[in-house]
Amino acid sequence: MKLQVATRHALFAVLELAAQADRQIAASDIAEKYSISPNHLAKVLRTLGRAGIVEASRGVGGGYRFCGNAKRLNLLDIIAVFEPIGPAAGGREAGDDTREGRALRLVMNEIEDSTRATLSSITIDTMLKIVRRTTPSTAGAPLRRAVVARSA
Amino acid sequence: MPQKKAVSAPKADGAPAEIVIDSADSTDLKLIVRLDALTTGNAKPKYWKHLLEGSRAHPDQQFFLVARNGTSLTGFIVGEIRAWEFGSPPCGWVFAIAVDPDHRLGAVGSRLFDTVCQRFRKAGVTKVRTMIARDSQLIMSFFRSQGMMAGPFIELEKDLDE
Ligand SMILES: CC(C)(COP(=O)(O)OP(=O)(O)OC[C@H]1O[C@@H](n2cnc3c(N)ncnc32)[C@H](O)[C@@H]1OP(=O)(O)O)[C@@H](O)C(=O)NCCC(=O)NCCS
Repeated sequence: MKLQVATRHALFAVLELAAQADRQIAASDIAEKYSISPNHLAKVLRTLGRAGIVEASRGVGGGYRFCGNAKRLNLLDIIAVFEPIGPAAGGREAGDDTREGRALRLVMNEIEDSTRATLSSITIDTMLKIVRRTTPSTAGAPLRRAVVARSA
Repeated sequence: MPQKKAVSAPKADGAPAEIVIDSADSTDLKLIVRLDALTTGNAKPKYWKHLLEGSRAHPDQQFFLVARNGTSLTGFIVGEIRAWEFGSPPCGWVFAIAVDPDHRLGAVGSRLFDTVCQRFRKAGVTKVRTMIARDSQLIMSFFRSQGMMAGPFIELEKDLDE
């Protein structure tokens, strides 16, 4: 499964904000850490704001703050704000009504069901624990420089 | 569905009660059966009796632990060490856990899980496994919060009357 770009940005933004839920963080800091276009991130943050997951703080410095419940909000909740997910997500396709099409759907549904089960069982709180357990990549810095250079 | 009746009452002042994790004994059986029936909607007294007897007969391999709050039972966990199933070296299996609905989100489940993991470690195994229904989001979220991730096996099944 490949997530759309906006969904990935949303997940990064939520993880960043939820990791420091008592602070407001400037969108530009998030954009820089994940090498995201600030304009694109601003759009994503507005969508997350409308979904009640983050809120913009006014005043000096501005920034965003996580306002969801990290122990209840799961990855599927966030993904579903940005892209359709699940058996009906692809819509109807040619060949669906044949026996072969139905057999193929059965197998694809098996994969999608397990994807949904995984995503809906990982809360933001659990995801932050996974982040803490993950060792940082030593290749991270050069990769980031390359991405920035390419998008410049 | 059985009536949703608490197995034990929460402390009146709402203060966290003293929870003790201990091996189950035969006097716990009635409350274990009741808590399971409350959780799963299915009373299976013979099954639990069999597991309890197994844990007493093989205390180094089979673990049936309960969480006690004074005289009441607030949860239980069952695990055992299985060796060489499908080529897998010995590992700890957790195959049942339940916490009284009135005592959830108070770390009883985490303490039960930690304790059974300690027993597994003491018995020399380094891996713990479980299997969960895909749609059981609560219990899946719980095990995920304990650091569990998908393992290298996939469960397959088939109706035998096909
Ligand atoms: C799963 C269960 C054992 C958890 O017990 P518990 O004592 O409430 O668990 P804990 O308080 O130790 O919770 C540990 C973590 O699990 C996760 N969790 C627990 N309940 C949750 C819920 N309702 N939603 C999302 N995550 C939850 C949280 O991450 C929690 O971390 P926190 O303590 O930082 O909030 C309990 O809810 C239960 O018995 N459920 C029914 C189980 C069942 O169906 N058993 C029958 C088949 S064997």
